[in-house]
Amino acid sequence: MRYSVFPGCSLEKGAAGYPYWQSMEAILKPLGVELVEVDDWNCCGATEYIALNRMAAYSLIARTLALAAKTDGLREMVAPCSACYLNLSKADKYLTDDAALADKVNVALGAGGLHYKPGTVKTRHLLDVIVNDVGYKAVEQQATKSLAGLRIAPYYGCLLTRPAVYGQTDSPEYPTALDKLMKVLGAEVVDYPMKAHCCGGHMTQISEASAFDMIRRLVKGAADYHADIIVTVCPMCQLNLDGFQGAMNRYYKGDYHVPVLYFTQMMGLAFGLDAATLGIGAEIVDARPALSRIGVQVPPPEEEAKPAHKPRRPKEALPMPVMPGSEEVEQ
Amino acid sequence: MVSVGNHPNINLMAYSEVTQVSGYVGNFTVTVRQKASYVDKEKCTGCGVCQDKCPKKVIDQAYEAGLGHRKAIYKPFPQAVPKFPVLDRENCTFFQKGTCKACEKFCESNAIDFKQQDEFVTFPVGNIVLATGFDPFDPRRIAQYGYGRLANVFTSMEFERLSSAGGPTGGKIVLRDGVTAPQSVGIIHCVGSRDKHYNNYCSVICCMQSLKLAHLIKEKTGATVYNFYTDMRTAFKDYDEFYQRVLSEGTLFVRGRVAEVTDAARLPGEEGKLIIQAEDTLIGKQRRVPVDMVVLSTALEPRHDAKEVGQRFGISGSAAGWFIERHPKLDPVATMTEGVFIAGCAQGPKDIPASVAQGAAAAARVVGKINQKEIAVEPIRASIDKDRCSACRICNNQCPFKAISYIPEKNGQRAYSEVNPALCQGCGTCVAACPSGAIAGTVFSSQQIMAQLNGLMLLNVNGASVEEKVPA
Repeated sequence: MRYSVFPGCSLEKGAAGYPYWQSMEAILKPLGVELVEVDDWNCCGATEYIALNRMAAYSLIARTLALAAKTDGLREMVAPCSACYLNLSKADKYLTDDAALADKVNVALGAGGLHYKPGTVKTRHLLDVIVNDVGYKAVEQQATKSLAGLRIAPYYGCLLTRPAVYGQTDSPEYPTALDKLMKVLGAEVVDYPMKAHCCGGHMTQISEASAFDMIRRLVKGAADYHADIIVTVCPMCQLNLDGFQGAMNRYYKGDYHVPVLYFTQMMGLAFGLDAATLGIGAEIVDARPALSRIGVQVPPPEEEAKPAHKPRRPKEALPMPVMPGSEEVEQ
Repeated sequence: MVSVGNHPNINLMAYSEVTQVSGYVGNFTVTVRQKASYVDKEKCTGCGVCQDKCPKKVIDQAYEAGLGHRKAIYKPFPQAVPKFPVLDRENCTFFQKGTCKACEKFCESNAIDFKQQDEFVTFPVGNIVLATGFDPFDPRRIAQYGYGRLANVFTSMEFERLSSAGGPTGGKIVLRDGVTAPQSVGIIHCVGSRDKHYNNYCSVICCMQSLKLAHLIKEKTGATVYNFYTDMRTAFKDYDEFYQRVLSEGTLFVRGRVAEVTDAARLPGEEGKLIIQAEDTLIGKQRRVPVDMVVLSTALEPRHDAKEVGQRFGISGSAAGWFIERHPKLDPVATMTEGVFIAGCAQGPKDIPASVAQGAAAAARVVGKINQKEIAVEPIRASIDKDRCSACRICNNQCPFKAISYIPEKNGQRAYSEVNPALCQGCGTCVAACPSGAIAGTVFSSQQIMAQLNGLMLLNVNGASVEEKVPA
């Protein structure tokens, strides 16, 4: 099986999504899936751009689609990130349905010597590919280590599941594909009631109160079901639930510690790969206590370099000018 | 029901299925498969001892809606007509393991017959009334309402059994644990109807049914009842008065569709409850209502085999699957096939009074036909010009009413096709299909239509005086 792949900005090295990319590459090899990265791809526009400037947003996406169409003659492109997946599928559908829009977009693409015929490239989410193309059976055959003893809350988020027009999951409201995948690997899957609720997306940057409320719902939902781990399919969701869990705890004076890992990392563990290859250890909420239940050893995080001492100002130095607003600090 | 069973002119064939229908009005031949019930109806007295002695208990998915049990040999309910029990082969210990035979041992009239086979009976009938009813919507299809996952989500059918004095709890309204009475109940309307994801139509009965349930809950448990509705549709006699009464009893109504039923508590006071999240469209806000019990007022759906049944009897169904009447206002019980009538929910969702009225109307139509002694048919019919027919048989399969038969070559007479005027409904399909132009519709032959067109065209040339308009 060969697909072109659109990594998306959040899977780029260094970002919270990089372990996703690492673990995806590690598990797809044994499953016999080959990915060819689309050359010179660009950002999908994330969740906001389509709301701000439709024409520019569609052109931005169509550029990637046009480049994907030229990638080795592959007609199916994998997008591991749910936001990228939705944007690419949505734009492709709108361009297919609206010939006038497609013409305009092609004028914009023409400036860069590109052209895109809508419908040429079908965008697929990684979960969809693994579940429907590779199949549960092939996954089960690769699994050498059972995840038994681990309670998993499968979390799909909202961008992958809705709208359901692309047939990506079995149900827009209560999908079960990831549940089945984790069960196949031996894990105990809880009936996570918040599985298709929103993680808040970029709300953390706009309104902390709203964002923390949404994150708390999800984390509390998993904790109420005594889940050891939340397993996610989207780097945005991972970032929100993992990266902002501490901030949310401070905001609500709560004490939740539910680690959030990617489903590819769980698959990798089941395939017997070691934690470091899968990028485990990069998460912020420590997953080691949970993973030790299935005997997975994660190397301790590297000692963070202590901040160098601020050089003491020489006695004879002249005082710094006081900036407006910083007077209290100076006292 | 009992009087139907006792009537000398009514032959009741329970546990049977019509497998084949041929012929036309006044002259149908039907073949009925009488399924083996393993009980000899000649000998059985209906005493019920076999039911008492049968050791095998099965969850009753039909009459008890999955909440109660029945035996492997059973009558669906005590008042069932006819009174003979049926043996459920799938669950019978004898059929599965080869031992037991308790029912045979205890039957005093030796009515149990394990060797019984399905029987096929063929007989003539003059008219047919189809009253095949409906299937309840399976709410597991709407996963966000939690039916099947969350214990205390019930369907309206299950709730009917809970509140019935003869039901599994003796009429006590309790949660799935079988003991606790609910303190608060949420009833969700339009589950599977008026929703483009499932069924576009209104299921008619659910508003009144939900009001009745709300009234019963209030009366029996005093619990707080919330109704989540799309629109209250309490048309017809005395229905709105009942709505007013339920309102005055203190039942709460929230207008808006429910987004989800969840057990994920978020706010204080929600722990251990089912939370109904809905938009209250009258105040434009989201509501979270914690309740102990949720009742889903499920939609009515066409029978799962309605399409095949329709084909068997030569009648058509709507896009949703309900059988289509001849005319929605003027002929609501007849169908396009002469001699086949429909009544009740087979024609569309309706409540009991409407079903009874339709059943009576269909029966009256049949009686009328019998008393007329002869059939008056519409004059618009197709006829085949025998001399021009090439006997290609294209029309034979095109006819939706199976009115065209093929007459093979005989005694030097060339083969040809023939239209049975009693079956033909004058639809014109064969007229258009005939490659040799041998079929003509009475009143609408090609010559007649051309003559009419000519008449229309000529009118303006010779007949009417067309005044030339002079611009002012």
